[in-house]
Amino acid sequence: MLDFVIKRLIQVGVVVLLALTVVFFLIRLSGDPTALFLPPDAPREQIEEYREKLGFNRPIYVQYGDFMVNAVQGDFGQSLRSREDALPLVLDRLPATFQLAISALVLSLLISIPLGVLSAFRRNSIFDRIAVAFTVLGQAVPSFWLGLLLIYFFAAQLNMLPSGGAGSITHLLLPMVTLAAYSVARFTRFTRSTMLDVLRKDYIRTAKASGVPTIRLIGRYALKNSLIPIITLVALDLGTLLGGAVITEVVFAWPGIGRLLMQSLMNRDFPIVLAGVFIIALIYAVINFIADVLYAYVNPQIRVK
Amino acid sequence: MTVNIPKVTHTTQAIKVKKQSAVVTFFSNLLRSWTGMVGFLIMILLLFISIFGQWIVPYDPLLADFSKKLLPPMTDGHLLGTDQLGRDIFSRIILGARVSVIIGLTTVLIAGTFGTIVGIISGYFRGWVDVILMRIVDVQLSFPFILLVLVINAIIGSGLRNIIISLAIGGWVIFARVIRSEVLALREKEFITACVATGVSRTGILFKHILPNLFTPIIILSSLQIGTYIIAEASVSFLGFGVQPPEPAWGNMLNEGKDYIFSSWWLITFPGIAIMITALGVNLFGDWLRDTLDPELKGE
Repeated sequence: MLDFVIKRLIQVGVVVLLALTVVFFLIRLSGDPTALFLPPDAPREQIEEYREKLGFNRPIYVQYGDFMVNAVQGDFGQSLRSREDALPLVLDRLPATFQLAISALVLSLLISIPLGVLSAFRRNSIFDRIAVAFTVLGQAVPSFWLGLLLIYFFAAQLNMLPSGGAGSITHLLLPMVTLAAYSVARFTRFTRSTMLDVLRKDYIRTAKASGVPTIRLIGRYALKNSLIPIITLVALDLGTLLGGAVITEVVFAWPGIGRLLMQSLMNRDFPIVLAGVFIIALIYAVINFIADVLYAYVNPQIRVK
Repeated sequence: MTVNIPKVTHTTQAIKVKKQSAVVTFFSNLLRSWTGMVGFLIMILLLFISIFGQWIVPYDPLLADFSKKLLPPMTDGHLLGTDQLGRDIFSRIILGARVSVIIGLTTVLIAGTFGTIVGIISGYFRGWVDVILMRIVDVQLSFPFILLVLVINAIIGSGLRNIIISLAIGGWVIFARVIRSEVLALREKEFITACVATGVSRTGILFKHILPNLFTPIIILSSLQIGTYIIAEASVSFLGFGVQPPEPAWGNMLNEGKDYIFSSWWLITFPGIAIMITALGVNLFGDWLRDTLDPELKGE
């Protein structure tokens, strides 16, 4: 087990470093960064001076080495706009993103697991059919559009909720629902099919035949046995949730990492972009790591492989 | 089609189906599933619109007319109303279909081809090539797809060509991973062992025996991925990258429309419906294809 954990931990490091490497080179390939500091009509000498001063005249591998050495120490340089350190700027936004992502995750689990279980248990009933139709539809609706529709109904028409920003529970409601919607569709569908598999098992038939009450049959026998695949899917989907959070944050002007990353991409404020990519890759890799370890813990076959 | 069919009732069906031509099989299967049929019809409609759209549109989708700006639907001959520049929304959605179809198909072609090649190399030759290639795939899969596409696109620049490149860079890994595992499984099959034993060359085995057997997983995966690409493009264009205005794409129409959300609901409604119907059609068809061609995977 320890072997497995260490191996996966090294992988986390590799993933994050490679993500940084790729983005670093993409940015350098996309043009000379000095152009971003100076007006377009700056004289040649001034451009040269800047290149010299910022170190862009050095060979690319030297720049890369420098960048990586600084980056692993948490130094991504300063924002090209505000001249503040990039990493703290990104970290400041982390709590808002977590708040949004975790509340959306909790909401989608609260809806999708009961829905999926009921749907499987009453297979082919009207309820099941409607639930299935919803999951199919839910996966076809782009989350940013759902966000726009919610803003239209609840902010523009009913005037009940704010259309964007943060600060209170009312600000959280719409982005939370928007972000949760896609996961609800996926989780419900998955819970349903996992439950259907379990319900076909012999031990369920035996339990049923020996007169175990329905509630207990579901809770103790069926749901418990379908939890492992569900937990795995949820862990794997946290990354999708994180990606979705970025878009949701932009739609609702939610002050999280995603919105900061988008603004920095727009402004070509690359130190922040790199710091943002670093943090997102790190979170994502750590989530995957935890999911893998948990999974290996419950399923010993994985460890041996 | 008169073939000697043994009179064993429960096997008759299977033998008959094998003797039918592929097209007949396809449609007779399709007719049995209404969801697959709906998906197929939506895709045909989409394809039709994207090819003939420019002759169907009632107005020039790029023509601005400020005297007619923000007209609600069904006024002055504008079925779905006009946008903030007075352009006909119906015409823009029709032309936007082409952008979505081009992006979906081209991306799947590039990402699919590249991913399949990598998957075959990885699965067939194994060894250190496999280790390196799959490490790259692992690393990339551990970054959210939509974020990857967004960051790449923002850095290399917007436009139709660049969004396709970004999506393809983000998308090939899925193909590589799936095809590799298919090849690994095929490699162990007896008919491949027989080929090796009878001295069929490596290229012969690869192209004549492995590649044809990959057709089904490639088709299934491609059809399921197209929807992902179309939604991803719409998301990226909505965020201000991807396809740039004035070229009509459903994502950038929503982006422009969101500033008028408090006054003109139609700007943010219809392009979204178009995306939803498209994604629904492609997903339904893809699900049906998977259930039909690969019954083992049925229902996830």
